[in-house]
Amino acid sequence: MSDIIARITLPEAARRGEVVTVRVIVRHPMERGFDGPGLTPVPRQILHTLSVTYAGEEVFRMALSPGITANPYVEFTTLAVETGEMVFEWQEDGGAVYRRTAQLVVT
Amino acid sequence: MRRRSLLALPLATGPALAQTTETYEAAEQSILAGRMPAPTGITIEMPTLSENGNSVDIAIRVESPSTRADHVTAIHVLAEKNPIPRVASFTLGPRSGRAEVATRIRLATTQTILVLAETSRGQVHRAAREVIVILGACVDGG
Amino acid sequence: MRRWLLLALWPLAVSAQEVRPSREFLSPALRAQQEDPSRHPGWLWVDEGEAIWRRGERSCQSCHGDISAMRGVATRYPAVASDGALLNLEGRIERCRVENQGAAPFGYESEALLSLTAAVARQSRGMAMSVPVDGAAAAFLEEGHAFYETRQGQLNLSCGQCHDANAGRRLRGDVISHGLGTGYPAYRLEWNGMGSLHRRLRACSLGVRATQFPLGSREYLTLELYLAHRARGMPVEAPGLRR
Repeated sequence: MSDIIARITLPEAARRGEVVTVRVIVRHPMERGFDGPGLTPVPRQILHTLSVTYAGEEVFRMALSPGITANPYVEFTTLAVETGEMVFEWQEDGGAVYRRTAQLVVT
Repeated sequence: MRRRSLLALPLATGPALAQTTETYEAAEQSILAGRMPAPTGITIEMPTLSENGNSVDIAIRVESPSTRADHVTAIHVLAEKNPIPRVASFTLGPRSGRAEVATRIRLATTQTILVLAETSRGQVHRAAREVIVILGACVDGG
Repeated sequence: MRRWLLLALWPLAVSAQEVRPSREFLSPALRAQQEDPSRHPGWLWVDEGEAIWRRGERSCQSCHGDISAMRGVATRYPAVASDGALLNLEGRIERCRVENQGAAPFGYESEALLSLTAAVARQSRGMAMSVPVDGAAAAFLEEGHAFYETRQGQLNLSCGQCHDANAGRRLRGDVISHGLGTGYPAYRLEWNGMGSLHRRLRACSLGVRATQFPLGSREYLTLELYLAHRARGMPVEAPGLRR
């Protein structure tokens, strides 16, 4: 996989100092890695980390386990400080990194 | 909505959740690190009865001034009877504005969900909830 | 006049007034998520489908224009094609791909076909189902209705015994709906992903221990037409969110 489909929802604009809610859904099977009698072993393949950088620093990080639902959903908040890009970065088992960005306009 | 992906260099790798078989009790002790948790300040929004263990909504709110001096630094979600009890850990900071997160988790069976929240002042808050997981009637195992 | 005649020809076990939209049978939490694209994973498939619509030299867009031109289409499917074949949205898209785009079919239940079908169906979201059942469709409708009313499988149940007589009642942890297909393709929590109505129908067949027909089979296509007719006036909910 060299591509990732994600849906990032945040307000188009916010006032400086306002607390903004960010919602992210990303398409990923979050393969737990089954192994048992009668099962074909499947290697674990999950997104294990999501980090979000905005206005010069990391503002949110999530460590995910196989106990997170397929097509992971997450909601968090951040203070609107300046107009700029929010960079979302997922790290997958095996070392792949996927990145998406979203713009926040601060007035 | 253009999709972009880069095979970028890995960042300074944060604390990814351990892949080893850590027990529920050990996970809690490891997070507490000897501290006595306060049984207040955390609200867990979760259905009492889960429609489908594949996807259980959980929303967590921690009371906090959310200032530079006093804010929530981490929220941990543990599931007592999941094969891997440490389900998720969220790292927050003074720029979070509020200590509120939500996600969807997989639950193997009816069990206790434990939430621990750490603050910048070194305190830990603790809350637990029971969730009943019911299997639907029309499952096709697909 | 014609409409009255049709109603007389195919009396339904439940009148149109009694049939309620599928979303009314969802839990409040699931229903709220179905209405909220920021929390509904099915939209990941819609986004992908819209990208497929624009992709390639002989793209869907190169003939049809923007995908918004598909508004209302899902309310009229399944429909009878010029050669007499009954096609649902999936079938229409596959045929278009082969005949007009000179491409290989995606394959039933492939992620690409589910995505494109969801993206097309979504253009009709909230619009009332109004599938034509006259002319060549009439015989197919009758076949589908017969399938719906026939007792099947080891449990010896017809579709109607659950979805008419017992709609709204609980079956273990589920609430039995009126069994409309208006939310499909739907994201089903049990599947951890998107699936077609026919995949859901296979699960129904399995549930009553009856023969599971292939995806795209005549049995499920005619049943889909009957379900669409039964759902007339009900809103398209695709992409639905189901348990």
